[in-house]
Amino acid sequence: MLGLEKKDFRLMLIVVVLTLLAPFILNPFPEGSELAQFNAGYPDLMQRFVIFGILAIGFNILFGLTGYLSFGHAAFLGVGSYAAVWMFKLLSMNIVPAILLSVVIAGLFSLVIGFVSLRRSGIYFSILTLAFAQMSYALAYSVLTPLTGGETGLQPKASDVRLFDGALEAGENATPSLFGLAMRDTYEMSVGSWVFTFNFGYYVAAVMMILAFYISIRIFRSPFGMMLRAIKSNQTRMSYTGLNSKPYTLAAFVISGMYAGLAGGLLVAMDPQAGAERMFWTASGEIVLMTILGGAGTLIGPVLGAGFIKYFENIVSKINKATLEQWFYWMPDGIEDVMIAIVYPFVGKGWHLTLGLLFMLVVIFLPGGLVQGGQKIAAIFRRKKSSDAKDGATTPAE
Amino acid sequence: MGILEVKGINKRFGGLQALGDVNLSVAENTVHAIIGPNGAGKSTLLNVLVGKLIPDSGSVMFDGQSVLGRKPHEINQMGISRVFQTPEIFSDLSVFENVLIPCFAKRDGSFRMHAIESVFSEKAIHQQAEEILADVNMLEKRHMIASSLSRGDKRRLEMAMCLVQDPRLLLLDEPTAGMARADTENTINLLKEIRTKRGITMAIIEHDMNVVFSLAERITVLAQGTPLVEDTPDNIKGHPKVREAYLGEAQV
Repeated sequence: MLGLEKKDFRLMLIVVVLTLLAPFILNPFPEGSELAQFNAGYPDLMQRFVIFGILAIGFNILFGLTGYLSFGHAAFLGVGSYAAVWMFKLLSMNIVPAILLSVVIAGLFSLVIGFVSLRRSGIYFSILTLAFAQMSYALAYSVLTPLTGGETGLQPKASDVRLFDGALEAGENATPSLFGLAMRDTYEMSVGSWVFTFNFGYYVAAVMMILAFYISIRIFRSPFGMMLRAIKSNQTRMSYTGLNSKPYTLAAFVISGMYAGLAGGLLVAMDPQAGAERMFWTASGEIVLMTILGGAGTLIGPVLGAGFIKYFENIVSKINKATLEQWFYWMPDGIEDVMIAIVYPFVGKGWHLTLGLLFMLVVIFLPGGLVQGGQKIAAIFRRKKSSDAKDGATTPAE
Repeated sequence: MGILEVKGINKRFGGLQALGDVNLSVAENTVHAIIGPNGAGKSTLLNVLVGKLIPDSGSVMFDGQSVLGRKPHEINQMGISRVFQTPEIFSDLSVFENVLIPCFAKRDGSFRMHAIESVFSEKAIHQQAEEILADVNMLEKRHMIASSLSRGDKRRLEMAMCLVQDPRLLLLDEPTAGMARADTENTINLLKEIRTKRGITMAIIEHDMNVVFSLAERITVLAQGTPLVEDTPDNIKGHPKVREAYLGEAQV
């Protein structure tokens, strides 16, 4: 269906259902309960889940298939963001031109960077992309201030042209919208003590992610995708089979750059501002972490990885000393203090430590990422099931 | 006039004259072996033919077109396929995908952006790939990952990948190097079968005289970068110059 094999179609359906029902799934704990702080179903975080999901899906087309490790993908995210803000400033707060331009500009930018960087492979390629991204960051931060807003970043202002909308009125906030429907429009549904939040912006981003995921499945299953995996496997055989690996890798690079541009445009569509820090090398590193944590080269892995990291960044980082005291209040005094002292470095500002440990565990024990973990668990269940079935089959015979 | 005409090739690596004035003509529809002691320049010559090395002077014409200065993938698209000393295959991919890729390369050329079509929907190409796998007796292994194949099967797979492109010239670089006796016999039989079934022109570089004499229809002996003689296998066997070249090596 939809040009997909049965197995892929099933995966696609699962992703569609999960993203559309995310406001329910991510809010399993009733409001006001102790566990409510683990709820992730608020618009800002849900938007981040899907937007960084898009970013990781695109990165995976390059890294997962061809094995070329780009260490500068945040540059395309940043360029896409700036392009989107400029569309807001010049044309209108409608997100359509903003997102289109962010994809196009990121695509052109990645064509140039890819053309130069792909002259080398392996570590040299990574270093070249890293250098380009850091150059872009430095340019955006200082030299190109008229274009990027420099340190303060770029945002819609009262002096903007806004060809279609007209200038901002005094006190009016620039709110991105899709043909009149504001991204921040939110509907809250209360069921008992649960509160579920449905945000228009989230659903716009979610539809984009579903689309992005669908295209990525098609690419994975296409002859083009097979060629990309062949490049990762054996470049010598590739060229002695009459195939030119350069345009293939460049095409993959540009596609993943456009995905990053789309993510950048969507970030701006949700919150109309862009800053140079979006291009900083740690941002590029985060994309690599997401993809490896989830499972590079798998379809769903990058989305899982992105969700995981964003969850940690937003939820675990919010646990503070007071929360810990609340958790361990039932323990005897001395032990309580010890427990808090042990756990404290891993939460709040120390969330990176937890994430780092998790990352190490995954890379050491599950080199295939979280997806491999899922497969292992599924295999255990299947074995149990089949042995149960065998028992069931033998019992009546006796 | 042969399908492959090599004229006056010279190649130096620093002070070493790897190839000196090499002339070679491979006639269409023959198996031409190039033999010679270690360091005779066989591999250098092969690398010139496939575009990996550029000679200092001379010309290489394939079917009336110059090969020199072209990239390996362009030379392959002209109709020259190469089998390596250690099989070069896509080890992370399945056996079936390994043969699908050359099928696509043959049909679509060196690059095509077919990113939205599904591999599964290419019925004609699937059939082509299945036929060639049946030809080399590997159809039942089609779903295996290529890296898990035995060495002999890897060689068969590489051969299938080259053959499915219907090359006009197949270059073989010591196809039985490091193989056990039984594998060598299998490879000889496979090559003989290919020869009779498909009539493909082959140029073989080989160390093993058993392989050479059971396959070749024409033999060129290379020594110290220059061709000594070129003749039929029967005449080569007793040729004094050849014995000298090989015995000379043996005495050292």
